[in-house]
Amino acid sequence: MRANVSKYELVTPASLADALKLCAGGHKPFAGGTDLMVLFESGKLPPGRYVSLWGLSELRGITADDAHITLGALTTYSDVRVNAVIAKEHPNLCAAAKETGALAIQNRGTLGGNIANASPAADSPPALLVAGAEIELRSLAGTRWVAYDGFHTGYKQTLMQAGELITRVRIPRASDRVSYYRKVGTRKAQAISKVCVAASAKVKAGVLSDLRIALGSVGPVPLRCKHTEAVLVTRVIDAQAIKEARDAVQKDIAPIDDIRSTREYRLTVAQNLVAELALRFVAS
Amino acid sequence: MIVGTKIPRKEGLQKVTGAARYVDDIVFPDMLHGVTVRSTAPRGKIKAIHFAPSIRWNEFTVITAKDIPGKNYVALITYDQPFLADTVINHPEEPVVLLAHHDKHVLEEARRAVTIEVEALPPVLTIEESLAKTQIVWGQDNSPHENIFKEYTVVKGDVAAAFARQDVSLFEAEYATGAQEQLYIENNGMIATYSAQDGVTVWGSMQCPYYVHKGLLPLFALGDDKVRVIQTETGGGFGGKEEYPTLLAGHAALLAMKAGKPVKMIYDRQEDMAATTKRHPSKTRVKSAVTKDGDLVGLDIDFVIDGGAYNTLSPVVLSRGTIHSAGPYHTPNVRVHSRAVATNSPPHGAFRGFGAPQSIFALERHLDEVARKMALDPVALRKRNFIRQGETTATSQTIREPVDLAAVLDKALAAADYDAKKKRFLAMNPSSVVKRGIGFATFMHGAGFTGSGEKTLASVVGVEALANGHVRVLAASTEIGQGTNTVFAQIVSDTLALPYDMIDVAQPDTRDVPNSGPTVASRTCMVVGKLVQSAAIGLEQTLVNAGDYKHGAGADAFAAACAKYIAKHGSLKCYSQYQQPANVEWDDKKYQGDAYATYAWAAYVAEVSVDMATYEIRCDDFVAAQEIGRVVHPVLAEGQIEGGVAQGIGYAIYEKVVWKEGRMANGQMTNYIMPTSADAPPIRVLFDEQPSPHGPFGAKGIGELPMDGPAPAILNAIAMALDVSPRAIPFLPEDLMALVKK
Ligand SMILES: Cc1cc2nc3c(=O)[nH]c(=O)nc-3n(C[C@H](O)[C@H](O)[C@H](O)COP(=O)(O)OP(=O)(O)OC[C@H]3O[C@@H](n4cnc5c(N)ncnc54)[C@H](O)[C@@H]3O)c2cc1C
Repeated sequence: MRANVSKYELVTPASLADALKLCAGGHKPFAGGTDLMVLFESGKLPPGRYVSLWGLSELRGITADDAHITLGALTTYSDVRVNAVIAKEHPNLCAAAKETGALAIQNRGTLGGNIANASPAADSPPALLVAGAEIELRSLAGTRWVAYDGFHTGYKQTLMQAGELITRVRIPRASDRVSYYRKVGTRKAQAISKVCVAASAKVKAGVLSDLRIALGSVGPVPLRCKHTEAVLVTRVIDAQAIKEARDAVQKDIAPIDDIRSTREYRLTVAQNLVAELALRFVAS
Repeated sequence: MIVGTKIPRKEGLQKVTGAARYVDDIVFPDMLHGVTVRSTAPRGKIKAIHFAPSIRWNEFTVITAKDIPGKNYVALITYDQPFLADTVINHPEEPVVLLAHHDKHVLEEARRAVTIEVEALPPVLTIEESLAKTQIVWGQDNSPHENIFKEYTVVKGDVAAAFARQDVSLFEAEYATGAQEQLYIENNGMIATYSAQDGVTVWGSMQCPYYVHKGLLPLFALGDDKVRVIQTETGGGFGGKEEYPTLLAGHAALLAMKAGKPVKMIYDRQEDMAATTKRHPSKTRVKSAVTKDGDLVGLDIDFVIDGGAYNTLSPVVLSRGTIHSAGPYHTPNVRVHSRAVATNSPPHGAFRGFGAPQSIFALERHLDEVARKMALDPVALRKRNFIRQGETTATSQTIREPVDLAAVLDKALAAADYDAKKKRFLAMNPSSVVKRGIGFATFMHGAGFTGSGEKTLASVVGVEALANGHVRVLAASTEIGQGTNTVFAQIVSDTLALPYDMIDVAQPDTRDVPNSGPTVASRTCMVVGKLVQSAAIGLEQTLVNAGDYKHGAGADAFAAACAKYIAKHGSLKCYSQYQQPANVEWDDKKYQGDAYATYAWAAYVAEVSVDMATYEIRCDDFVAAQEIGRVVHPVLAEGQIEGGVAQGIGYAIYEKVVWKEGRMANGQMTNYIMPTSADAPPIRVLFDEQPSPHGPFGAKGIGELPMDGPAPAILNAIAMALDVSPRAIPFLPEDLMALVKK
């Protein structure tokens, strides 16, 4: 362990209200710790004061009403995996949960942490973007809902302000949609994505509408591919459409070379998977 | 018979209950923790070492090269690697300063507060640069040997004449393999103490206690009896704890001597991956001459490995790679030219297979390409050229023991359903996004030290009987997870016809056990096990000669005889020393003769699928068939093979060391991709037994063997699936994409 333990403080608050007070005073949130402990172990976590959210029941639970499915920020991947409503209406989110880390991480890692950690390679964000998620942010100053599309403003930057916590995530109820999720990681499990694709659409007589495609690991933030979506809707998906979609993918994403893969691989695979999902959708 | 049964392993209970104590579990009163400050440049001169004023340095024990009481080199084959860099930096992880403190949490800040000012020199980072001598980084003497640690030439027959024949086709291609990290579960770790009276004592995770012993003597200028090395329970080695622990033991002991307190040094995964040895990267150019019927009449092989910054074991790794490079074929004309070159990366070292996986990869890929180009069946091509009893290897060693590699291959192919699958895949692939392939590799692996190695080692093993009839094996051979304790106990148990529970294995401690040689080279069960057996026979003979016992009289009679003997003589021990069998001969100058006393023979079949949308490669099924003399313990033997195959799968299609200026840039398990159980296929292990006179109960070495076959088998399967010729490993999706998009 490369961190000096004595330089860290972790406070366990009694309530969300207490947690918000601590955050206002500069304590940083600590949820499942599955991102933070990796930094801690390698000596890269800034020393200082942290507040543990893990015991806050206010931040747990998945509920559904007519308009939304609402998930507490502490919802774990294991919670998501077994939720029947999500499985039926937003299977992409379950698929993402199932592909995240392995069981231990799924028991401990949270949706709120995944969003706040703001890694462009995270696996839930593409599914959340496609689902049309909104994020509830709360601080001592008040509560606000923001659209998840646009939440990530730059590499590791978000709309979240100092003292704010993610408290809930909500996604609209959905029906009659087709879905596609595919994580291309470095191995089957315990892998960071090299490319991650989520998509959903309505299909009628081989024609797609309300198509949403989101990609991870192909730019500074997880992103919607709006040019690509526009190319593929309300037309016959033929060779020409696929070709145009491949070109559009190039406009939508900005992959780079890094320690795990190459720009060219990410671009090519993103194009291949967009072609795969379009053909699968119209065939369904 | 206990040999051949799956009796519970000796230390299994302690391991599964957590009672086994690894070095990091051991705590001494008033113990300090130590860390290493390393260079950051790959090559240069140390100008100054700065200690930032933010740290209270008087609380720390600080060591630099100046503090070394004896010689500042790690005594191995040559004396070129320093324990601590003094003025010259030869690789980016070179240790320069050691720090110790009682609170391990403050050490990291202190480590960061030391700056080593280096005047950088241009480094040599690849085999090509080293051969081109862009910089001379080792052995500067204006000779042709600059940058070259070791060079061998093996000649059999007349290669030029074979290549000039009118009736042959010629083939030539270059193959490359990457570095690989051993990734034992337990990182390297040591504890050292020092006192004027007892000298230096170290406890730690290691394969070779006497290597550490040998290395510490000159460092401290102490006599044999003033350095004591004790192996603690060891969580895997794979070669990664063959030579490296000497360096770490030296560091801990230097700190302990200066501090006057015990010092523990445990690497974390990051440091272990970045700083310790890895498998040598390699380049192999293979030229072959083949008749139209598929007779392999000539092989001309140029094999180069990257040794990193210091010589360490590279000459020996190169030797094994050289000897195995011509494979299990009776090619009449062979030339192998091989070199180990210097670069400015941390020294590459021992890793399961020891050079053989590199050169075998090249040859087995090459033969598949030859078969494809000549429209020959790759199975028929191999079978035509297999060595048979009485024929010779590349070093002109006559294979005297019976061998039937064709039968092993047939067994593997049948278990894999090779013919039917190949036909089916070829029919289905054109219309499928997921392409499937099946491929195989055939190979042999020599057991024990190469050439005259065993003779030079002259290993000694002892057995000691106690008054209650228990027998203890005294050997420096270590249990590192592979089952040493268990197989030794099995061997003694059957040799003496005593219950397994009456046999113990002493903890390797250089004060108490003789030097049975290093735990490497697939030699422990076969070579050392045979010595264990003969020492046990000697011990029994002593009792028989005393007139108190006869073989098979039972445990009680044995105990009574031991008690009587010990009462009279004080103790009952018997030792046995290795003697080279009369018919084993090796010429070190010509590199000809009996390279190994015996070989294990194998045929591995891999099935793969490749998703052409993502270029992801999966190994879906694996069959590993081998002839290994005698299966001493079926579960341990299967475990060795399965583990080796998994490691080989990683070597082939997952594990890539990303180098940046000579450093490993991906030294975490997040980014250095070792396959998990989710990536591993079903592995079916098949054994043939052809008992060898060189091992106990006929056993041959198997530890390294399974590392040789997976990479070529898998790449051959990919080649079949896609009709491509991949020639370098690791072969990742990015590489596959580049190959098919071309
Ligand atoms: C072995 C391993 C495998 C992994 N595999 C994957 C994978 O496959 N895919 C993937 O996407 N991720 C993976 N991760 C990363 C990690 O598990 C996820 O990002 C997880 O969702 C983080 O949640 P957490 O609760 O553990 O976050 P924490 O580590 O507690 O926090 C992460 C960040 O979010 C902030 N934070 C947490 N909760 C809140 C909140 N409610 N409001 C505001 N800020 C908050 C913290 O301050 C911190 O900056 C893996 C991690 C490990 C160690």
